[in-house]
Amino acid sequence: MDFHFNEAEKKFRAEVEEFILEEMLPGYADKDLYWPGGYGAIGEFEVRDPAVEKLREKMGERGWLTMAWPKEYGGGGRSFVEQAIFFELLSYYGMPGMDVSTLISGPTILRFGSEELKSEWIPRIVKGNLKFWLAYSEPNAGSDLAAIQARADIDGDDLIVNGQKIWGSGAHVADCGWMVARTDMAAPPYKGTSLFIVDNKSPGITMRPIVNINGFHSFNEVFFDNVRVPKKNVVGDMNMGFYYLMVALDFERLVISMGGFRRRFEDLLNYTRNTRRNGKLLSEDARVRAKLAQLATEIEIAFLLYYKTAWMMDNNLFPNIEASEIKLVTTLLSRKLADAGMEIMGQQAQLWPGSRHAPLSGRFAVGYLDSISAVIGAGTSEIQRNILAQRGLGLKRK
Amino acid sequence: MDLGLNEEQEMLKKSAKEFLSKECPKKLVRELDEGDSGLSRDLWKKMAGLGWMGLPFPEKFGGNGGTLLDLIVLLDEMGYNIVPGPFFATVVLAGFTLMEAGSEEQKQAYLAKICSGEMIMTLALTELDGTYLPESVETVAEAKGDQYILNGAKLFVPDANVADFLLVAARTKSGADPAEGISIFIVDVKSRGVKVTPLKTLGRDKLCEVVFDNVTIPSKDLVGKLNGGWPVIKSILRKAAVAKCAEMVGGAQASLDMAVSYAKERVQFGRPIGAFQAIQHYCANMVTDVDGSRFITYKAAWTESEGLPSDLEISMAKAWTSEAFKRVAVLAHQIFGAIGFTMDHDMHLYFRRAKAGEIAYGDADFHREIVAAQLGL
Ligand SMILES: Cc1cc2nc3c(=O)[nH]c(=O)nc-3n(C[C@H](O)[C@H](O)[C@H](O)COP(=O)(O)OP(=O)(O)OC[C@H]3O[C@@H](n4cnc5c(N)ncnc54)[C@H](O)[C@@H]3O)c2cc1C
Repeated sequence: MDFHFNEAEKKFRAEVEEFILEEMLPGYADKDLYWPGGYGAIGEFEVRDPAVEKLREKMGERGWLTMAWPKEYGGGGRSFVEQAIFFELLSYYGMPGMDVSTLISGPTILRFGSEELKSEWIPRIVKGNLKFWLAYSEPNAGSDLAAIQARADIDGDDLIVNGQKIWGSGAHVADCGWMVARTDMAAPPYKGTSLFIVDNKSPGITMRPIVNINGFHSFNEVFFDNVRVPKKNVVGDMNMGFYYLMVALDFERLVISMGGFRRRFEDLLNYTRNTRRNGKLLSEDARVRAKLAQLATEIEIAFLLYYKTAWMMDNNLFPNIEASEIKLVTTLLSRKLADAGMEIMGQQAQLWPGSRHAPLSGRFAVGYLDSISAVIGAGTSEIQRNILAQRGLGLKRK
Repeated sequence: MDLGLNEEQEMLKKSAKEFLSKECPKKLVRELDEGDSGLSRDLWKKMAGLGWMGLPFPEKFGGNGGTLLDLIVLLDEMGYNIVPGPFFATVVLAGFTLMEAGSEEQKQAYLAKICSGEMIMTLALTELDGTYLPESVETVAEAKGDQYILNGAKLFVPDANVADFLLVAARTKSGADPAEGISIFIVDVKSRGVKVTPLKTLGRDKLCEVVFDNVTIPSKDLVGKLNGGWPVIKSILRKAAVAKCAEMVGGAQASLDMAVSYAKERVQFGRPIGAFQAIQHYCANMVTDVDGSRFITYKAAWTESEGLPSDLEISMAKAWTSEAFKRVAVLAHQIFGAIGFTMDHDMHLYFRRAKAGEIAYGDADFHREIVAAQLGL
């Protein structure tokens, strides 16, 4: 065992850090109220910013957005640990760059897509300027995705898509939907569902914004009315989409803004070092110290899980149990960090961004609300626990 | 022993429930939460018409002659409906302060108008650090002839934006003991040099910053003894803490009710989600928290109502309920899934109030410290 980064990893870390410090968009990290683990306050889900596009293209040019992919598909041929370092630092500095297309759809296409599908989509994804949204959930199919009712019927070379999706984060600023729909209504869902890519500009798609509790328009309800999708956009085999979806969900659970946790924790540490209450620095208060020590330990565990999953992938082990563990741990941490921070900051903590007296720019108040989403989005904590108990530990359902 | 409500309290509870579900629908709550003032004059008038503002005050000032415990029954229902507005500030903070320390004339002039619903008042106590300790009172009232000159800044003053008068805790003497030398004054919000700015908060309650710049106060507007304000404030903070608990208990009850009925309706995997043991256990944890909080709150309120020493009971109640409501609201959110994370859903209205209530009048850590001290530690 060796818990150190090796020389190559250290060198890469320094290179990424240098890039970030040079290319950071002025003011972006201050303005973006993204909370680690949360899904409701991500700037990139709200607006499409040309400056962010350019930045992503720059990262794309370096092959960084898809650095762990094989070189033949435009990947960087780097390790997953290096990729983990990259995303850790991006999120630490509050730099945009994580995306559904590179982190969820791309890897799923590489694993299951035909060569034709790969050659059409992978180069565009690698470049960094193609945005996908996830079209999975429906009003009656949240945790239970087998209950989806959206359907896609074959019509010559096309699929005709009808139905309704909900909770599509950033759908209104994306290019394409990454969608599941029923393609064989007679078969059970896991034998009659397909996964495909749908262009947002297709006629017949309408979107209705949904505002989340932080006041952000991140969600969309999306209606499909006889939308034509070329059959060649189907990922892998027709009707096998449910299996691919399960793998795509594992990829999604591995998307963690690990550096964001450390950054916000450091903010909190600094706050306690500089804030006096009752004549004493908060950092000297035994209760505050205990809370911070607890958080530090939980962040350390999350970091270890994060690098463990990357290391497993480098060693050809797919971390599907660990994906649920890390999702569970980090999303609960998202709440604990916000909650402990709010408790430590006391009365001031409730001040919203923009208030003159708001500590740490009011980020923790936003995070406090946003952390409600962390333990729900991308599969609720209860579902992660079910997976861990049933898939992981072999406990029976009945 | 009698652990039930009496007949009048039962009636009050029932009529409050009926009245509020009709007169304070969530649509109004949202409008007031999102708006600047937080006050519906119409609702205020109707509540006054029911005698709510005077509920715990003597009849000779137009009150109902009830007790703190009666008020707690009402606040429980108000918390259930998360009624916005300056009721708490006016009745609990200002009303009890006047009742305890005001002169006969002050009671006639102010408390009577509170009871009739004609006057909105609040207490300006906390300052920049937001704590409820005497040392944080730095606003100064300096004697000058038969006047005082007030300078300083208050933060987190509830509903000052709609108040007619403020009760201001200010330092009139500085000495070794910070609890000595604090006095309470009545200040007309329209006085020259008073500036009120509402703060934007997570709770969307109307907490304000109030700045006093050479504000002149006539000596007759001193409430209670000169330099003797802190014991009064302490007594008010006790009542405010238990009153806030009552609101939180109501809010927690509503969160539980909403979540349980959703768990019965929402179907996933071919069954109501309430059929999953994970969800059942959440509901069981929630109801235990709601009942525990309610009992400990009512015990504390009864103790204070009876004039018995209540520091221990009230601090236990506030320490517990602050965290219990938060736990209940978080679990309720968990049961609602994504739909509860939307602005249009009611759950976040409760989640926000759980946080605001937790902080108000001492958080859990603050009150646990008092409990420990009361245990002789
Ligand atoms: C911020 C945010 C962003 C999102 N973005 C997207 C997106 O971009 N695209 C997309 O398709 N979806 C998205 N979602 C939807 C998300 O995937 C679902 O919210 C989630 O899967 C839960 O579904 P639900 O909300 O319908 O809750 P439900 O499935 O109705 O669950 C309600 C409650 O029941 C529990 N429950 C359900 N089944 C079980 C069980 N078997 N055992 C125990 N407990 C159970 C749940 O854990 C939860 O507590 C997003 C959600 C959020 C909050």
